[in-house]
Amino acid sequence: MAMDINDLRGIHTLLVLVAFIGIVWWAYSAHRRKSNDEAANLPFADDDIDQRTREREKRTENKE
Amino acid sequence: MSTATPNLTYNYKVVRQFAIMTVVWGIIGMGMGVLIASQLRFPFMNFDLPWTHFGRLRPLHTNLVIFGFGGCALFATSYYVVQRTCQARLFSDGLAAFTFWGWQAILVAACITLPMGLTTTKEYAELEWPIDILIAVVWVAYAMVFFGTITKRQTKHIYVANWFYGAFIITVAVLHIGNNLELPVSAFKSYSIYSGVTDAMMQWWWGHNAVGFFLTAGFLGMMYYFVPKQAERPVYSYRLSIVHFWALIATYVWAGGHHLHYSALPDWAQTAGMIMSLILLAPSWGGMINGMMTLSGAWHKLRTDPILRFLVVSLSFYGMSTFEGPMMAIKTVNALSHDTDWTIGHVHSGALGWVAMISIGAVYHLIPRLWGMTQMYSVGLINLHFWLATIGTVLYIVAMWVNGIMQGLMWRAVNADGTLTYSFVEGLENSKPGYLIRLIGGGIFLIGMLVMAYNVRMTIRQKDAVALDNSAVQAA
Repeated sequence: MAMDINDLRGIHTLLVLVAFIGIVWWAYSAHRRKSNDEAANLPFADDDIDQRTREREKRTENKE
Repeated sequence: MSTATPNLTYNYKVVRQFAIMTVVWGIIGMGMGVLIASQLRFPFMNFDLPWTHFGRLRPLHTNLVIFGFGGCALFATSYYVVQRTCQARLFSDGLAAFTFWGWQAILVAACITLPMGLTTTKEYAELEWPIDILIAVVWVAYAMVFFGTITKRQTKHIYVANWFYGAFIITVAVLHIGNNLELPVSAFKSYSIYSGVTDAMMQWWWGHNAVGFFLTAGFLGMMYYFVPKQAERPVYSYRLSIVHFWALIATYVWAGGHHLHYSALPDWAQTAGMIMSLILLAPSWGGMINGMMTLSGAWHKLRTDPILRFLVVSLSFYGMSTFEGPMMAIKTVNALSHDTDWTIGHVHSGALGWVAMISIGAVYHLIPRLWGMTQMYSVGLINLHFWLATIGTVLYIVAMWVNGIMQGLMWRAVNADGTLTYSFVEGLENSKPGYLIRLIGGGIFLIGMLVMAYNVRMTIRQKDAVALDNSAVQAA
């Protein structure tokens, strides 16, 4: 039986499905929990830099 | 907390510049939209001038709202989010300033060339080749600033919003360059290197991914930062956001074929476009649910916070239009909807309801913070803007649904002997009430943007006043 382009397309579909299941398995696996929690809290972790930026900007403004 | 670099500050200047221009281009672009909506109802609004004709101003409207309003909102928020979640200053202040001025130059060039009739005629890629080159240059600089900042990050993880912004930047670069390969014949005239149905497929590969990556992935990045930030709680499920990201970007690039149903495009490519569009419903709704559920346990905030209301209602419109889109991509539904006003309604439920509302919410979140204040000049005016935007969008969409379905049914109606029941002009006659309601809806949305401009202006002035107070105290 000779392979043609349609066999490749079928294999490609299967590979994409496997990749998708792999990503779900990886994202939801228990050892990712800590990393996910850390990443999810990143928007709340930099208030000091934000504060400093505004203070510096205010200082240079007042000098002008 | 980042005690490691006690001198680190962020570049807020470029964010402020882009945030202001978001409002400015929003008003100009949407004003252009209201003008061309009036032309469809009252043809004398074309003023019998070539430069003000619908055919020339319509691409100017789409370019200014997508690349002016939406583009500036994406630049502003991506520069803000990437700095804050990477805890790193922008890779290069100079290069960031170049992207700002370069992008404004492109938009001004659009305002000049499109009314002059200089166009490639490719939808959402009308700008002629010299401007295309400038776009490519600015975009590469944008990618360098964004990814350069990510490489400088102090955090271990790359926050999910940056994944979406990054995918948007890379994919738009590939799409823009791929679709705009053209042979110049003079300073402002070029021909696409593709021909026939290949050109059509390239065009809609670009066109649909302008929607998928420019108008969706980028704004999902915005959603993943500003919804948690405004709700003051982390995103509902971070692991869902990972699956959301990979599923969305892997699927969107294949859906463009649904713009070419029943055309010369090979049947299998049409069907592939349709199937991929249907699959897209899953990641789209996964993302919507993730954003909405971030509010679980904090729903009461919606009662008092109009900014949060903008963000959450934008997600509702996102859910609605990402249900409508796959449905319209089904060949048999498309046989009814294609070329009718339904398509325009669908686009605007995404553009006004999702893209504009999430951008507006993000800008209201940003403006006071960027100018060193705690909140906008008037929360009441944000609330007024919210209702104007919502009512305007609903009027617009409903008018176009009614018009579109009516047009589709009238065009396909046949008599027993096989002749057409209605002439084209009869369909047009019956579309008039819908065009008037669309004009009113769009006008209401535009008034909301003017209210926003006033509120932003007053907030910044208030800030100047505060600064003056401080210097007076210091002088005393």
